[in-house]
Amino acid sequence: MTLLDVRGLTVRTTDGRTLVDDLSFSLARGERLGLIGESGSGKSLTTLAVLGLLPDGMTATGGIELAGTQIVGAPEKRLTAVRGRDAAVVFQEPLTALDPLMRVGRQIAEPLRRRTGLKGAELARAVAFALEQVRLPDPERIARAFPHEISGGQRQRVALAMALACDPKLLIADEPTTALDVSVQAEMLELIDTLVREREMAVLFVSHDLAVVAKVTDRALVLKDGRAVEKGEVRSLVGAPREDYTKALVASARRLESALDLRSTR
Amino acid sequence: MTQVDVRTPVPARKASPDKRRSRRSATLVVGCVLAGLIALLALVSLIWLPYATDDTSGGRLAGPGGGHLLGTDKLGRDLFTQVMTGSRIAVEAGLGSVLIAAGLGITLGVLAAFAQGWLDDTVSAFLDILIAFPTLLLAMLIVAARSATLGSAVLAIGLAQSAVVARLVRILVKRVLAQDYITAARTSGTSWSRTVVAHVLPNIWPTLVVNLALQFGLAVLAEAGLSYLGLGAPPPNASWGRMLQEAQATFTTAPVGALAPGILLVLLVIGVNLIADGLRDTLDPATRKRRA
Repeated sequence: MTLLDVRGLTVRTTDGRTLVDDLSFSLARGERLGLIGESGSGKSLTTLAVLGLLPDGMTATGGIELAGTQIVGAPEKRLTAVRGRDAAVVFQEPLTALDPLMRVGRQIAEPLRRRTGLKGAELARAVAFALEQVRLPDPERIARAFPHEISGGQRQRVALAMALACDPKLLIADEPTTALDVSVQAEMLELIDTLVREREMAVLFVSHDLAVVAKVTDRALVLKDGRAVEKGEVRSLVGAPREDYTKALVASARRLESALDLRSTR
Repeated sequence: MTQVDVRTPVPARKASPDKRRSRRSATLVVGCVLAGLIALLALVSLIWLPYATDDTSGGRLAGPGGGHLLGTDKLGRDLFTQVMTGSRIAVEAGLGSVLIAAGLGITLGVLAAFAQGWLDDTVSAFLDILIAFPTLLLAMLIVAARSATLGSAVLAIGLAQSAVVARLVRILVKRVLAQDYITAARTSGTSWSRTVVAHVLPNIWPTLVVNLALQFGLAVLAEAGLSYLGLGAPPPNASWGRMLQEAQATFTTAPVGALAPGILLVLLVIGVNLIADGLRDTLDPATRKRRA
């Protein structure tokens, strides 16, 4: 069954520039899709458009159907109901994605309370459980902390806990590991992989890093300048890229890998 | 004779974060003491005054002492009594104006921040015009249209300040709205109204409350200015501004009449400014929480 169906999505600015051009893809329940592309290729805009959250001065045309709701042109009230419940997002920069003046526990409690109607001690337990789910040690302490008091990796786990709090059908991960250092990256990918499998969630994984996408997703879509250049199984994209752009991406990933190999064998 | 020490100069000690914080809170404490003193005078004036405000039995321009702590004015009224009612009026003017300015300014500012295109331009232009318009002139218009009461003065000052607050709030809200955590909150299904209450207002609050404290000081000064011109609270309610005006002619022979309200005015404004300064750091959780 189709969970997310994007048909001919086009995002334009008011001054007429086209940022995403006639993009189409679909995602079934429990399925995983990677969006690969360099900065400015329109991958983040696509994820925002899926939730009807394009920045001011940008308009989307085309069709986006998320769990049966037509997103493009939908009234704000219907969009608010969809967000968090049908799809939730983990952003790239965990420090700025958390409200600096709100304790971590309350930030997770907000969507939880809204969706489940829990209160008081039950809500606090649910928050602690959500933090445990993302393998955070000492959830009670973390819940009382402000975002600046915990580490970057912990922040991203909190952001993931927030996104998973309402048990969305689709998890949109927008470069969730880019801001983390390499050892934490691997843990984070592992965690997303496990949690999503347990919950049979669909994933839209956005990254500029082919290797990262290959770890989490089955299929991928390569974006360049707002256009889909190539799509297919990640394995075949890496093994036999057809388009020049994909080849360049794969080659650069290879170069990096071989450089790392050289160093480790030395 | 003093010996000049030529050994290695002692390096200037850098203020440690702890030192800086304690100095900050010292600012806050001194501010609170100064403003609190005036507030205390104002509170006491509500239940007790040494003399009635229209009691002219004191003899003209008597010096301090002899039953009158600060002496009397040219009509024989007790100066300390007047200074006390003046404190009350100053505090009322400050609070009233800031309440109006905050209520109107925050509402307008938030709405303006959400406005798009021509509406945004119109609101901004309107605010700029209102800010460019001299407060005193606006106050005179309002007082002329209504009557010379403390209420008119407070309304006028509050309206003028609400434009300043609205412009500040608009910028602050716009900046917060561009932050990732707002998008993050929105993606988790938080409605706009809830986002404003839970995320936007708390994040602009530290800057805003400092500004409101400064506006309080400005409002007190503006009220003194208005009543100096006879546009504030009518007699027998003595306001500091009118006391200054009345004492002007006799300043050389009886300076206390002008000095007392003048000094209190300065103390209150300095006190409020120190509070604003102290709040700036105290309200920032990044510095506040590091103590723990």
